[in-house]
Amino acid sequence: MLYALKIAVRYLTANKAQTALLVTGVAVGVFIFIFMSALIGGLAEFILSRTVGDISHITIEAKTEDPALLIQSEGHVLAVAERGRTRAATLAEAATWLPLIEAVPAVKAVSPQITGAGFMTRGAQVAQVSVIGVEPGRESAILDLQGYMVEGEVRLGAGLIVLGRDLADDLSLSIGQTLRIQSSNGVTAALTLSGIFKTGNGGMDKARSFVSLSTARTLFAMPQGVTRIEIKLNDLNAADATALRIRALTGLDAVPWTDGAEQLMEALDAQAQTGYFLKTFALITIVIGVASALLLSTYRRRPEIGIMRAMGAGRGFVVFVFVTQGALIGLMGGVMGAALGYLALLPFPSRDAFKVGTLPMDITQGSYGLAITLTVIGAILASILPARAAARVDPVTAIGQ
Amino acid sequence: MSALLEVHDLFKTYGTGEAKTRVLRGLSLQLEKGELAALLGPSGSGKSTLLTILGTLMKPTSGSYVMLGQDMIAAGDANLTAFRNLHIGFVFQFHNLLPDFTALENVLFPTAVREGRETPAARRRGRDLLMRMGLADRIDFPTANLSGGQKQRVAVARALMNAPELVLADEPTGNLDRASAMQVMALIEQINREEGTTFLISTHDEKIAALCRRQIVVGDGVVTG
Ligand SMILES: Nc1ncnc2c1ncn2[C@@H]1O[C@H](COP(=O)(O)OP(=O)(O)OP(=O)(O)O)[C@@H](O)[C@H]1O
Ligand SMILES: [Mg+2]
Repeated sequence: MLYALKIAVRYLTANKAQTALLVTGVAVGVFIFIFMSALIGGLAEFILSRTVGDISHITIEAKTEDPALLIQSEGHVLAVAERGRTRAATLAEAATWLPLIEAVPAVKAVSPQITGAGFMTRGAQVAQVSVIGVEPGRESAILDLQGYMVEGEVRLGAGLIVLGRDLADDLSLSIGQTLRIQSSNGVTAALTLSGIFKTGNGGMDKARSFVSLSTARTLFAMPQGVTRIEIKLNDLNAADATALRIRALTGLDAVPWTDGAEQLMEALDAQAQTGYFLKTFALITIVIGVASALLLSTYRRRPEIGIMRAMGAGRGFVVFVFVTQGALIGLMGGVMGAALGYLALLPFPSRDAFKVGTLPMDITQGSYGLAITLTVIGAILASILPARAAARVDPVTAIGQ
Repeated sequence: MSALLEVHDLFKTYGTGEAKTRVLRGLSLQLEKGELAALLGPSGSGKSTLLTILGTLMKPTSGSYVMLGQDMIAAGDANLTAFRNLHIGFVFQFHNLLPDFTALENVLFPTAVREGRETPAARRRGRDLLMRMGLADRIDFPTANLSGGQKQRVAVARALMNAPELVLADEPTGNLDRASAMQVMALIEQINREEGTTFLISTHDEKIAALCRRQIVVGDGVVTG
């Protein structure tokens, strides 16, 4: 079949202009395919990183105990312990689960936390804040706190606290100054401001504070356990499967971020569908282009095909010659289109530097290999019809004596 | 001499109904090994039709055809393709060579298509044949740049490449001037004499026919002389 390859190559090089045009056409289709892949992939990445990049991918939260009711025999409610205010439920055994969860392959980081609420006072100003106690060293495991720091540093130690920009401004605080915090459990502590962050998310910048896990233990009177475990994954698409796995492994109620994010998922799905649709059309265009060009070529070469058949070339040989031409056109067009696509995507900012207002093209999601493979397969399929037509050429009428 | 091929009671009808043309009507013919025969007859008498059937490129409507002891009527396409490759060479009037290939590549085709590549041994034989055809300086020429007479000589070399028992030539000199036609015929005569290859050559040219040792005339769908 090496000989059939030689003939296929000769046929392609004999008509350089036509072959170049055909390969260019295929390359344009591949280019569109790659461009669409990079755009749809980049867009999804961009939307996801905007919406869920800074949140936990899987969250295990302690079930808050039902409010306790004190009911008199006549049925009057005497007292209600307000839900989750005074006594947060705990994941008492958290420490034993952590290594287990960390060992799950998809897991990138695990952050045990104690969360609660409190009032912060400095002088006459009072602000309500949510307090998150995290392990020192794991401050940036879920939210990229380090990346959002605008003043001071993210270091969380005994007696230290990190605040959002707006909150710090409201309290007229600057780094190194002390503030008082009273937790919902009634514990009061004096903490020193060690850093200020600004995420761009108003709610966070105005009401969120971070302390060390041990500070949170004191504030919320929780000598052991945690209230929440946040888990970050390498691939946020693996959240559902990994949550199931963690649930099976630990028996804890692991909730993936996709719970409650159906609308977002649907939107991303619709976007991906549009992408598939356009990519399919690009492929169909390639197939039709290759098929029609090769069909013309078989027609033009009918006398030659007749001569080859008379000289003892079997039908299989003729089929191979034309299918090989299709495959070569697909391969050349595919590689050329992929190279062009890659070059065209180079000037776009990388996925870590997407900016609002520019197309969030992701050069790493060009699916170059897939584009080339599908193009070669498509071109081979496209050449089957012309190849069969060629193999059926009747030598007698083709030679046309 | 022994029989190379024998056709008996060949009928060939083209088309159906109004357009029906009965070309061969009970034609019988025997060719011996080593013959050099001319095929004569008026235009439309069925010379090309007979050559096409003998070349196994087309089946007759009815009749028998045995070559080298094998039944050519019963054989399937794949077997006939392989048989042609080994035992039958062709020289046509038009559309003879593959235009995108050199003279040598054309000559090598019948061997290369069987062996899957152009072997050094085949190259040697191809060169020898082209040199015998007086084309030593045209071996690697693109065939598009050859003259008509040169093209037909390349075609003869290609027909001989697999050393077939039979070469069928349909008006091989029909397009050539007298000098070129004579040159091609001289080569055919030489190969026939030296290698014993059987030639059947259709022609309208009495002078060409006179160079052959046997003249077969077809008319009214049968051999008349
Ligand atoms: N494919 C075909 N379909 C219908 N009729 C055909 C076909 N091929 C040949 N014929 C007819 O058969 C008859 C014989 O044709 P053929 O080509 O065999 O004659 P020929 O002797 O070779 O003529 P020439 O000397 O002009 O080449 C002609 O009348 C021709 O019109
Ligand atoms: Mg004829």
